[in-house]
Amino acid sequence: STHASAHFIRNELAKAIRSRGGAHQANSLLGGVDEDGPSMYHLDYLGSLEKVNFGAQGYASYFSLSLMDRHWKKNMTMEEGKELLKLCISQLDTRFIINNPNFRLVAVTAEGKVLDEVLDGHAST
Amino acid sequence: SGPSDSSSGEGSRARRAVERPGRHKQQGGRRRGAMSILEYNGSALVAMTGKNCVAIASDTRFGAQQLTIGTNMKRVFKMNDKTLLGLSGLASDVMTVSQKLRLQTDMYKLQEEREMKPSVFNNMLSSFLYARRFGPYFVEPLVAGLEGPENKPFIAGQDLLGASVFTDDFVVCGTSEQELFGTCESFYKPNLGPDELFETIAQCMLAAVDRDCLAGWGGVVHILTPTKYIVKELKGRHD
Repeated sequence: STHASAHFIRNELAKAIRSRGGAHQANSLLGGVDEDGPSMYHLDYLGSLEKVNFGAQGYASYFSLSLMDRHWKKNMTMEEGKELLKLCISQLDTRFIINNPNFRLVAVTAEGKVLDEVLDGHAST
Repeated sequence: SGPSDSSSGEGSRARRAVERPGRHKQQGGRRRGAMSILEYNGSALVAMTGKNCVAIASDTRFGAQQLTIGTNMKRVFKMNDKTLLGLSGLASDVMTVSQKLRLQTDMYKLQEEREMKPSVFNNMLSSFLYARRFGPYFVEPLVAGLEGPENKPFIAGQDLLGASVFTDDFVVCGTSEQELFGTCESFYKPNLGPDELFETIAQCMLAAVDRDCLAGWGGVVHILTPTKYIVKELKGRHD
């Protein structure tokens, strides 16, 4: 299950921070759909874990989290989700110093269908 | 509880021995300067005694320095029917320590066929933390429980190396430690019933975290009486 995977990864990350090789330098967002429905987990390179409704890593978080606070609602459809993501990316395109609005969307549905496509997040103006 | 001077003392050499956030210029890029690793995620906890009851309150913010990532972080854990554990400090270690202590408590229950008393749990936690003297877990725990057949309220606080402090009124820890000392010292009264204790501890928590940017974003209070275990969420400022 997603919950189990998230905790497994968390334990591996937490083990690594005090190991000889040091922390695994990777922050992650884990998303999955299982019997309990969809869930998303925010993982830190130190091994912090938090179940979230939406998340962002890296500089994107400074621009996206507040947008998602405002627009996310429970049981959004795939289309609504994509629109929200496009909105976040367009904000990055507008306000973020690194000009790269080319994002790849990877999604998984309850039926087990896996999406892997390019998301057009260019700002409208 | 906990050393108030974060830049020197027995913990500082230990803190340098472990991977520190910011060493590889992780997110935010800001130089961490004198900010202690115990303040990286932000937290606030307080434990209080009442008449035949104890309560632990915590905030629920999960942040990475100035950025708030989550607002529903669990910091208070029920170890057994008579013991509550609250952990402040680095979020990763809060989870790791609570998991390892749960193992210890459950193994004790299986082997001894009795529940671990809060004072025994506190000692065990102290040894557990000191075992990592030169590479410690960056947590500052609070233990609250009901001791023995008379259910005498028991609270204790420790620093990251396992030095315990025992009081009969309240213990505090976290980034809002100093604010919490102020509010608790003013509002605390001995021998409060569970409802009054809840009201008191909640007000102490909410007032204190409103003056701390790293803690807050919601709160939770766990109350333990001989017959009941109640968890209540607090409505506070989300900023």
